[in-house]
Amino acid sequence: MRHLLSISDLSKTEALQILNTAEELARVSDGPMKKLPTLRGRTIVNLFAEDSTRTRISFEAAAKRLSADVINFSAKGSSVSKGESLKDTAQTLQAMGADAVIIRHSASGAAQRLADSQWMTGSVVNAGDGTHEHPSQALLDAFTIRKHLAHGGDDLTGLHVAIVGDVLHSRVARSNVLLLTKLGAQVTLVAPPTLLPVGVESWPVKVSYDFDSIIESVDAVMMLRIQLERMTELFFPNAREYSRYFGLNKDRLKLMKPSAIVMHPGPMNRGLEITADSADSARSVILEQVTNGVSVRMAILYLLLAGSQEIGASE
Amino acid sequence: MSPSILISGGTLANGKKSDLLIKEGVIAEMGEKIEDKDAKRIDASNSIVLPGLVDLHTHLREPGREDAETVESGSRAGVKGGFTALSAMANTSPVADTAGVVEQVYRLGQAAGLLDVFPIGAVTRGLEGEHLAEIGAMADSMARVRVFSDDGHCVFDPLVMRRALEYVKKFDGVIAQHAQEPRLTQGSQMNEGIVSSQLGLKGWPAIAEEAIIARDVLLANHVQARLHICHLTTAGGVEIIRWAKARGISVTAEVTPHHLLLTDELARSYDPVFKVNPPLRTEADVMALREALADGTIDIVATDHAPHPAETKECEWQEASFGMLGLETALSIVNKTMVETGLMNWETVAQRMSYAPARIGRYENQGQELKVGAPAHITVINPTQVLRVDRDLVASRSRNTPFHGMELPGRILATIFNGTLVFEGGNA
Amino acid sequence: MSLALPAPDMARAITRISHEILERNSGSDSITLLGIPTRGAHLAARIAANMEAIEGKPVQSGTLDITLHRDDLRMRPPRALMPTVIPSLGVEDRNVILVDDVLFSGRTIRAALDALGEIGRPKTVQLAVLVDRGHRQLPIKADYVGKNLPTSPTQIIKVQFTELDGLDAVSLEEGGK
Repeated sequence: MRHLLSISDLSKTEALQILNTAEELARVSDGPMKKLPTLRGRTIVNLFAEDSTRTRISFEAAAKRLSADVINFSAKGSSVSKGESLKDTAQTLQAMGADAVIIRHSASGAAQRLADSQWMTGSVVNAGDGTHEHPSQALLDAFTIRKHLAHGGDDLTGLHVAIVGDVLHSRVARSNVLLLTKLGAQVTLVAPPTLLPVGVESWPVKVSYDFDSIIESVDAVMMLRIQLERMTELFFPNAREYSRYFGLNKDRLKLMKPSAIVMHPGPMNRGLEITADSADSARSVILEQVTNGVSVRMAILYLLLAGSQEIGASE
Repeated sequence: MSPSILISGGTLANGKKSDLLIKEGVIAEMGEKIEDKDAKRIDASNSIVLPGLVDLHTHLREPGREDAETVESGSRAGVKGGFTALSAMANTSPVADTAGVVEQVYRLGQAAGLLDVFPIGAVTRGLEGEHLAEIGAMADSMARVRVFSDDGHCVFDPLVMRRALEYVKKFDGVIAQHAQEPRLTQGSQMNEGIVSSQLGLKGWPAIAEEAIIARDVLLANHVQARLHICHLTTAGGVEIIRWAKARGISVTAEVTPHHLLLTDELARSYDPVFKVNPPLRTEADVMALREALADGTIDIVATDHAPHPAETKECEWQEASFGMLGLETALSIVNKTMVETGLMNWETVAQRMSYAPARIGRYENQGQELKVGAPAHITVINPTQVLRVDRDLVASRSRNTPFHGMELPGRILATIFNGTLVFEGGNA
Repeated sequence: MSLALPAPDMARAITRISHEILERNSGSDSITLLGIPTRGAHLAARIAANMEAIEGKPVQSGTLDITLHRDDLRMRPPRALMPTVIPSLGVEDRNVILVDDVLFSGRTIRAALDALGEIGRPKTVQLAVLVDRGHRQLPIKADYVGKNLPTSPTQIIKVQFTELDGLDAVSLEEGGK
């Protein structure tokens, strides 16, 4: 693995390798060994052209626990008219000797453009590109689900996951659909018809407009953040209607299986797509997702940077 | 005066073998095995001798964006692609919405002297879609504009389109519509479909094109005016044109070479060289367009040659400009997609790329059948030679060709304009 | 290929090492055995079992994966991580016995010392190996050795444990190359 741009680049084996490595790292780095020398001497650059405190901090923590040097590069806006272009930024980072660039950008495909260009030679990690993908989020989501629900199994076979909300604009949804199905789970997307992409019929998922019809059969509910701006773009009439039909409220929470968990990639709109009691309930693993994020990101950085640049792992 | 030219050993579009002797700007003699020791000889063995190609849709960018292309560099790209006439679209800066600007473009074409540059005039002032531009003044100017288009923008207001269609009748003009319903394509980046759903790029639905075409053929019929549809890209649009023609509606349509070959799958690379307006569509659309070009539902091939400077293509998809180069590869692509597949023969190629576009644009001196006495606008192509597309070797000032690295069947050996050899291909 | 240590000899060597460790540390109370995966972990488990049989009480035993502390990571594709399990009393102020199957260049043990340093401060760190094959590249010495086996650097030592490989044996193979 030289880059992590999209879940579709990973085979099932590679995805499981990341999860298993993360598991070991979680055990080690939360317990006996807080700091590891593994990436000492490497320079990792956080190139966040879009605001995101939590993902950036998560990657920064992951990199530092592996003793890498971290440089934070905030490049707001990306068009030539606003300042430095992606190309110029990349060439600057190359000149600075970056071994890896973790990029979050508002343009879909930005991470791939960076990786495919001749502008730099380091590894590229996609930390969220427009509405395309957010691979490390999907990996930490799968990690969390596996930990709670797989009962010792390696993958997610037999589990039913619902992803609820603005699928059309969600990179988290796209990455999760790819990864969860790759790991054997069954995925149902729940959204108003306006927020499902044309072409979703070709995805390996079930689609439902009716949250209540599937709530009792799911093992995990993943709520997506809904942006209020979508209202002005005519995707739904108002917040009240949206919450009524697609929000995770107390009533729906009660219908869930006893073992089912509630997830959210954050940040949450409490009261909109998820009520406060749902977010704070015993079923909620939302905070754990954040913790798991660091281990998963450590695993990604380890597998991309620690070894030589050949595909696959040895032993 | 240019030296005489003898094209020997070639085959005409109708399949007949014939030599051509060109003297003083016209075809002086035709027949088998012509001899002329003083003439410059062009070896056209294994080659097809076509009437000079006429492009009805070219962006020459001058005035205003000379960093991307000029009339002169565009002319050089044109003759390299076998064209003897180009039609300069009006979305320049300033917009070609007055006699002054179209005459400027016309004069630049004359000065370059490589082929005919026919300026296209805007339909509305500043391309804003609200008020009619000085259509009459442009028609009567030295540029003698007959084709009017806001290309780049859609004339979306139905009342404005109606008035424009009616008004140009006085000048024997035609409105060339860029069919794109703006409300359905705000921020759109690529064809709306399976690929766009996976890539997270905002979709451009086929219906945004088809809805305007449907409206405009009905309008054209109602006011009995000529209508031309630019760059048709969808199977649905083909159906509408077919329906309209069956009813005798006076509509013509064009297709670009890139829409005959490329699909939206190419967007998976996120390389903006594949970003174009209207966008690349699906395989099914490509097949429907080819069939329609073959059976004449689509009347012409037009390149929509759209040069862009490097910095607007070497960036993220969302930020990149829309458009592809097309002049230098057009005939090879038509050969690959239409002739080699058996869908068309060279006679039909001559129709679609020379006679018909000249007729639509009312270019009297162009698009004439090759016979003695006709003006010598000639394209010689050897379909057996390979064109290796290299973006660093194009004549255009810009490099945004989506065909870079491809090997296309057919190389232009010679382009003759008004009896002058303006391009010679040399050996492969 | 030759059999350097057949199963019965292997068992006797492991028994002897177990006694030696107990002797030098005055019993098993202060001892924490840490096996280095993969085969060091199996060896540590055997030593722990022996000690429990001899002393009649449980022995602190676990594993210490050193992958993340290796100095040769960049020479190969990324390696899978093995489990690190530190027993309940930790390493602080304990006599830690690192256990590995073969001692060769010494780099694995150097990495183990680094890893141990992150975890805590043992009272002593001692090293028990089944085979010492020479060719040290660092100043590392084993305290307890099952068998000294002089080798040439190209030879390969193969250690097999029943739990993993189906049989107990130490064999010597020619390397080639």
